[in-house]
Amino acid sequence: MSATSFGWLVLAFPLAGLLVIALAWRVLPGRSAGWIGSAAILGSFLSSIAALIDLQDHAENNRQLVDSAWTYASTADFNVDLAILVDPLSVFMCLVVSGVSFLIHVYSVAYMGGDRGYARFFAYLNYFVFSMLLLVLAANFVLLIVGWAFVGAASYLLISFWYRRGTATYAGIKAFVMNVIGDVGLVIAAFLLLRETGQLDYLGVFEAAQDEFSRNDGTLVAACLLILVGAFAKSAQLPLHTWLPDAMEGPTPVSALIHAATMVTAGVYLIARCFPLFELAPTAADVSAIIGTLTLLMAASIALVVTDLKRVIAYSTMSQIGYMVLGVSVGAYGAGLFHLMTHAFFKALLFMGAGSVIGAMAGIQDMDRMGGFKRAMPFTFVTFAIGALALAAFPLTAGFFSKDEVLAFTINRGGGFWVLAIVGYLAAAATAFYAFRMVFRVFYGEAVPEANELEGGHVAHGEPVNPMTGESEDTDVGFPGPEHHIAERSLPMKVAMAPLAVLALVAGVVAVPGVTDTLETFLDPTFESSRYHDTAPTEGSELIGLGIGGLISLTAIGAAFVVYLRRRGLTLELRDRFARVHGFLAHKWYFDELYDAVFVRPMATLGTFGRRVIETDFVQGFIVGGTTGIVRAGTSFARAIQTGFLRAYALLLLFGVAALVLYFLIAS
Amino acid sequence: MDVVWFLVLSAFIFVIGAAGVLTRRNPLVVLLCLELMLNAGNLALIAFSRMHGDGDGQIFALIVMVIAACEVVIGLGIIVAMYRRRLPIDVDEMSELRG
Amino acid sequence: MWFEQVLFFIAALGALAGALGVVMLRNPFYSVLALVGHLLALAVLFLLLHAEFLAAAQVVVYAGAVMVLYIFVVAYIGGSDEPLRPEGGLVNAFGPLFAAAIGVELCIAFLASGLKAIDTRGADIGSAFGNPGGIGELLLTKWLVAFEAASFLLLVAAVGAVVLARRRRGLEEEGAAPGPRRPTPETETLEVRA
Repeated sequence: MSATSFGWLVLAFPLAGLLVIALAWRVLPGRSAGWIGSAAILGSFLSSIAALIDLQDHAENNRQLVDSAWTYASTADFNVDLAILVDPLSVFMCLVVSGVSFLIHVYSVAYMGGDRGYARFFAYLNYFVFSMLLLVLAANFVLLIVGWAFVGAASYLLISFWYRRGTATYAGIKAFVMNVIGDVGLVIAAFLLLRETGQLDYLGVFEAAQDEFSRNDGTLVAACLLILVGAFAKSAQLPLHTWLPDAMEGPTPVSALIHAATMVTAGVYLIARCFPLFELAPTAADVSAIIGTLTLLMAASIALVVTDLKRVIAYSTMSQIGYMVLGVSVGAYGAGLFHLMTHAFFKALLFMGAGSVIGAMAGIQDMDRMGGFKRAMPFTFVTFAIGALALAAFPLTAGFFSKDEVLAFTINRGGGFWVLAIVGYLAAAATAFYAFRMVFRVFYGEAVPEANELEGGHVAHGEPVNPMTGESEDTDVGFPGPEHHIAERSLPMKVAMAPLAVLALVAGVVAVPGVTDTLETFLDPTFESSRYHDTAPTEGSELIGLGIGGLISLTAIGAAFVVYLRRRGLTLELRDRFARVHGFLAHKWYFDELYDAVFVRPMATLGTFGRRVIETDFVQGFIVGGTTGIVRAGTSFARAIQTGFLRAYALLLLFGVAALVLYFLIAS
Repeated sequence: MDVVWFLVLSAFIFVIGAAGVLTRRNPLVVLLCLELMLNAGNLALIAFSRMHGDGDGQIFALIVMVIAACEVVIGLGIIVAMYRRRLPIDVDEMSELRG
Repeated sequence: MWFEQVLFFIAALGALAGALGVVMLRNPFYSVLALVGHLLALAVLFLLLHAEFLAAAQVVVYAGAVMVLYIFVVAYIGGSDEPLRPEGGLVNAFGPLFAAAIGVELCIAFLASGLKAIDTRGADIGSAFGNPGGIGELLLTKWLVAFEAASFLLLVAAVGAVVLARRRRGLEEEGAAPGPRRPTPETETLEVRA
């Protein structure tokens, strides 16, 4: 079997899993829906590995393989095929996506065990993985857009999984609408590229672009900016980022899978994939780098003050994706993608750990009410701490190598990029700080009642309420189930979290500067035409960068230690003294309010206007009422003749006869 | 004898009948006036038949008589039915055809 | 011949008088009688036109059968005397007007030289014109279809009359006299003048 047939298998397994679960869910016993879903993703992962092996068998210059299953449309000028592209980049993405997805499926088998919508959840998850794999395997913009849209739909379905919760459905709608904005940008970009180059498949477009466009050509910059719109909507960067914190309404495995490891990285993948276009339009690439940097700073600042555990992790995701976007925008494709991979590992791990903690808290997510779980939940504590260390880029963890490599590349570009790099280092300090803020607040300190209960032997149970608004719920379908699962009690969860913890620690080994560059060489065939290919920073500068990064990380962790463990109450003092700043950060830089005022309210007013004036008064009253009024008046007029009065009819008859006779008289 | 006089007479009778149809309110009398009009037609037909020396006109007039008889029968039947139902015997009251 | 002319004028006057009587007499019974007179005058006119069979048919069938039928119905129903000048209304004003207009037009047509085909004397006629034999021969040869159709029509009319006039069960109140209800206070207000 060739690499491309393995590529089709990668797509076929989750699709099959989806169909089986969706069609047969009523007859599937117990938790088998979960195992079927997980098995499907495992099949996908194994197929990715097989594709990888087969791909490496090809010669180095022959590793971009396209296979077409079917032609959608065939015109005189070009064809649109249902085609997949199996090359190092897509295989890399497949491995990351399917691998992490498999572990999350296993985690969910236990975590979603008591939920009435269990089978539905796994159907949706499989659908999501299928869409994501379709997105990364697509060989042309059409299939990319199909996968893009499917992923958006899957995200909506999964965010509003607990559909009877009002906040969840609103969040799902918000995510979907913002994703659609991105979709529109992407589609228009595809149109522009089609018009200029006459092709839609990647390899064709990238080649034709070299000939068609001069450097920084207006149309190309426009197309790239539109691609960025799509990428930023999906990856939750400024200004289309407001949906990601709200998306935490979904179940924790959803947050782990979609909003940490895979879907939000689709934008990064897209920018990396379209790198020839971005290199031809440096303006767009620079815009992308700047926005990535702004986002990572903004998100890190918000994560410092937010108190909902999942939202801290969400903002951290936003921030880390900023790093990835920065990486692939400055030409550090290998580094950016490496950070994508390591981020997938430690972020999924963090979310899984958070899920465990929230389970122990019987659904409460507020960090203000957590504390002292270290003794009660040792496994969760260890894995969570590992994840936090990786996030903070603690020396020798995976995150350390990946994040600092990105920053090293940025510095290497020189000029204005120094500013971006410095901002990056600042945010790295903040990242380390808030990562350990989470660890110290949740696991250290005084044990809260739930933790004591847990040590005593049973998981706390509270009334089911909406964690955001406090309104009470039940545990029937559409709401979370009555059971709360923690990793300590549940083998599947441990089995899922352990490999990630290991990977978060050791995955850095694939890209130690100067020692190994496995990832770079692997991704080489895709990126060899890049102009930055040979401008990697020297070993020395990389090591310096790593050193600086490590130092920052350690300092920030130390600071967090002091603030949260030694000097209690300091944070409260700071909050009171800098109340305005704190308010600004706690309100997420007032973006939601801004969008509400600029977009939502005018649209609502327009809609009301449309309903009242246009629909009711104009259409109903004037057009419909007017037309019927005219007809009615006309017929009333005609009805007046129908008096039913016999003699009047006779009179008319006679009148007609008289006229007729007169006519004949005159005519003859 | 001038055939024209017969025709003029027939016109007068027709006109009188028409005026009666329009003016009277008792349906019986309306039917009678209808008979007048039919008879006027008959007279004209026979006058023309005499003028052309053709028997066809008389046949026509005979058939008209038959038809008049049938129409009278039905008309009177309707009036009797109206009477039986206690409806007022007045053409102005019969306005069910009102639209 | 002068004899014919005198007879014509007498018959014509009789016909016109009968016609006017039908229209203007208030009591329907008298109107029926006026029509009978009119029919008899018309029969005389038919005789003058050499239509002997038709004259006989007119007297026997029309005046004899149809009018008798009328008299039966008038006797059954009775008829209230209508006022001479009915209450206004457009129809009452324009009806006679249009009728008069038609009359004028027709006279113009007949008397003026407009209708060229009218001959004063009439064609020469044979002995078979107008007598039963001649009529019968025409009916059974040239106008056979019309004859058969007319007889069919008579059958239909007879059946229709029976259907119309039969008593339907459940519609008649037992013991109540037929005829329009005497206006009771509540029905009075319901009558709508068209």
